[in-house]
Amino acid sequence: MTIERNARLRDVQSWGDFFRFDIDAPAAGREARPGQFVMVKVAEGPDPLLRRPLGIHDAGRDGLELFFKVAGRGTEILSRKKPGDRLDLVGPLGRGFTVDGRMKGRTAYLVGGGRGIAPLYFLARALVAAGAKPVVFYGGRTAAEVPLRDKFERAGFEILASTDDGSLGFPGFVTELADREMAKAKPDIVYACGPDPMMKALAAGAAKRGVPCELSLESMMGCGIGACWGCVHRVKTEGGDGWVKICEEGPVFSGERVLWPE
Amino acid sequence: MAGMTKTVDLTVDLGFLKLRNPVLAASGTFGYGLEFEPYLDLEKLGGFVVKGLYYGPREGNPPPRLVETAGGLINAIGLQGIGVEAFAAKVLPKLRRFDTAVIVNVCGADDDEYAAVVEFLDRQEGLAAYELNISCPNVKKEGACPALSPRATFDLVRRLKAASRRPLITKLSPNVTSIVEIAQAAEEAGTDAVALVNTFLAMAVDLETRRPKLGNVYGGLSGPAIKPIALRMVHQVASRLRVPVIGMGGIMTGADALEFLVAGAAAVEVGTASFVDPDAAVRVVAGIERWCEAHGVGAVREVVGTLELN
Repeated sequence: MTIERNARLRDVQSWGDFFRFDIDAPAAGREARPGQFVMVKVAEGPDPLLRRPLGIHDAGRDGLELFFKVAGRGTEILSRKKPGDRLDLVGPLGRGFTVDGRMKGRTAYLVGGGRGIAPLYFLARALVAAGAKPVVFYGGRTAAEVPLRDKFERAGFEILASTDDGSLGFPGFVTELADREMAKAKPDIVYACGPDPMMKALAAGAAKRGVPCELSLESMMGCGIGACWGCVHRVKTEGGDGWVKICEEGPVFSGERVLWPE
Repeated sequence: MAGMTKTVDLTVDLGFLKLRNPVLAASGTFGYGLEFEPYLDLEKLGGFVVKGLYYGPREGNPPPRLVETAGGLINAIGLQGIGVEAFAAKVLPKLRRFDTAVIVNVCGADDDEYAAVVEFLDRQEGLAAYELNISCPNVKKEGACPALSPRATFDLVRRLKAASRRPLITKLSPNVTSIVEIAQAAEEAGTDAVALVNTFLAMAVDLETRRPKLGNVYGGLSGPAIKPIALRMVHQVASRLRVPVIGMGGIMTGADALEFLVAGAAAVEVGTASFVDPDAAVRVVAGIERWCEAHGVGAVREVVGTLELN
């Protein structure tokens, strides 16, 4: 965990509302694990006040990449940054996906909706390095909302896309596509990132088929470091259930732990 | 002489507690302290106030718990926490390693629970003082809390002062007609200091759904947006009380902190800034030091209460 106050933005790539930042932040890049995030300062002054949590899209010895969608004023301001600009970020933070030697020879389904694809590229690379076989499911509302499809293909990952409007790939939700494939060939594990309704549907599908899953939950965050207790989600705990901090105990949780509001 | 910097004396003496410098990290924004160890040297702070503790663990409010507003943040966490027994068993032994003032923010659903928390903590070592949280707006309906009433404030402070072996700092609510009246009630009851202000009762509306943005409907506003009001209240209270005032509300920089000191605060707390920059509190200390150096101020306590009225 470091504070990088002066990380140089090396490259910016954009597709409509989606942006990929390549950042010169070697210390954070070396430390980062798939599923972790960074807190990025938006403005110099007090408005917008808070940092924005962004999932780490890829990382390595020379820095890290972020992928995000403009979702409000903070990310809109961030999206106007240009190569050469400086970023102020805290991270890497949180507990990421479980990837270790036990994944050797196993098949993993990686399911991402919209901006939720962000951490799955880094995860897919780590799984391949661990000897596993990742299959990526990538959903968006329209063909324009699955901009990273080519990148996954070029990297040699098996990728299945879906769009709600049927303009590309499977017509329907990515959860339906993943469920259909799970029915054909049961994976050893499912990893997912996306909005709550998608996580809930996916966890239910995986549980029904007896497949373990890990979910990366999204939330607005005040600090990202466990101090404000603002980003809670209800999960099973030792003594029953309770609100736990997504930034500290997550953002990745075992699917069977996560509870959903009625 | 060129190249020589005079060191600024940053120490302040609250009477009951000497601090290395006038900057405390504020309760509710600094976790239990240890969360910040990767980002700053806890011994470079005047001290810190750990998150509010009830006797037992507390569940907190349903999300959403936070909403960002212009220059500020509304929170409705609801004092989720581990309780004093878990704090004493798991956290306090680690905090004792640090040479810094550790203050516990004391909560209670009723006067008896406040007393029970103090009684339990009195049996633990390694604490400098208690900050009585009589002003959290997020735990009862529509922000109700003892700090809204001079009588309730007086009764609770008097009872806890009699029971406690440690100094008491009473943390006040700004959601009152006259904060001076409440501060005076706390002083008459024997508080060793007052701390102000807690957050302003506030709300945010989602226009599209026409629903409150917070799960708790109302929450407490903090951050730079509240600084001018907090500063006015600190000035009013410091002008009328004999006991020291600890000022807070939207402090982001050394200059902000110094404004509170000039207005009469003997020390300050840095709150929401720690969310934005985990090392904000030590940056505030450094900012105070630089300003004093640049202005030929040899000891920071010399600026306290130096506001000249027009």
